[in-house]
Amino acid sequence: MREKLWIYGGLLLFLVGVTFPVWRDAITHATTQPPALEMPANQKQCVAPTDYMLTSHMKLLMDWRTSAVRDNNWKYTSFNGKVYQKRFSGTCLQCHSKAKFCDRCHTYVGARTPYCWNCHVDPALVKGATP
Amino acid sequence: MKMTRKEFLKLTGAGLVLVFGGQELAALDRMAQAPGPNGAKPQRRKQWAMIVDTRKCAKDRGCTSCMEACDWAHNIPDIPDNAHQIKWVWNEPVDKVFNDYDVRYMEESQRTEPIPVMCNHCDSPPCVRVCPTGATWKRPEDGIVMMDWHRCIGCRYCMAACPYGARSFNWVDPRPYIKKLNPDFPTRTKGVVEKCCFCDERLAVGKAPACVEACPEKAMMFGDVNDPKSEIREVLAKNYVLRRRPELGTGPNIYYLI
Repeated sequence: MREKLWIYGGLLLFLVGVTFPVWRDAITHATTQPPALEMPANQKQCVAPTDYMLTSHMKLLMDWRTSAVRDNNWKYTSFNGKVYQKRFSGTCLQCHSKAKFCDRCHTYVGARTPYCWNCHVDPALVKGATP
Repeated sequence: MKMTRKEFLKLTGAGLVLVFGGQELAALDRMAQAPGPNGAKPQRRKQWAMIVDTRKCAKDRGCTSCMEACDWAHNIPDIPDNAHQIKWVWNEPVDKVFNDYDVRYMEESQRTEPIPVMCNHCDSPPCVRVCPTGATWKRPEDGIVMMDWHRCIGCRYCMAACPYGARSFNWVDPRPYIKKLNPDFPTRTKGVVEKCCFCDERLAVGKAPACVEACPEKAMMFGDVNDPKSEIREVLAKNYVLRRRPELGTGPNIYYLI
């Protein structure tokens, strides 16, 4: 049994490696709770029900983009009859903040940062910019 | 019944014309009655156009109000490297703008007078014909030559096709070169082509294009040339106007009062 040290040492290393994510999270106080949904102060209801927005906001954004840019159709009538302008910065980002809303959840679920931001301007970047 | 070869061919030909010719006519008829995009009723087609009154524009030679207004409205970067510049509306001297007209002996000051040039929103835009992705198209309802930057792949065929040099390519990320960001309009990204859009975003909310509004001399006039009662048509009826390179058949919609 001269290999005892190697066998038990190896097993221990293996266990430590396998359980690494668990105790790393314990040490860093990571939580499995999703980030709390930050509600905008000035609005109670989004352009669609929360459940739908949670799962399908990307589809809605794509539909808005296509119909507004290509079909010159800028008005969106929501499920409760309210009419919105199909604008990303002008409508969505008036309530939601990129850093506190979009990015936080995308980071949590490990979703790639979409390329919207390559062109569309985060209004938080332009404080006090008026013509 | 005995039939010669000639008679047989004649009869067959006539039969084919009857059968398929009828179908073609019916198809044409259907096309004429078809509803417009989104099932909307076909509307009278508008064609936005602009008149630049160079006499008014010449009053202040160094004026760049229209360009500044456009730059801010559309997040146009100010890139110092000439090769990378982005231009939507910019100044060119008269003899460059109208190089196909005989301006040799025009007075020096007039010949070198800078006048604003931009996308001509042509009736028959060559840029649209060459775009492989449909990222640029002529909007049926008002004749604006639109751009969809989401769909542009940066092949620059349109730039080669445009005889007016009205299109610019983003060789570098434009964001760092934008002096003051306008959050209501997207910037562009590296690798797409851009040009004047006749301020379609302002027209959508009932405003005139930014350059027209900003001009201190009111040298720019905007309107629908397909409406015979419009103000722009009145001016066109009473004045001699020039268009850039009309002989190419592109049908430019920017008119210059000289």
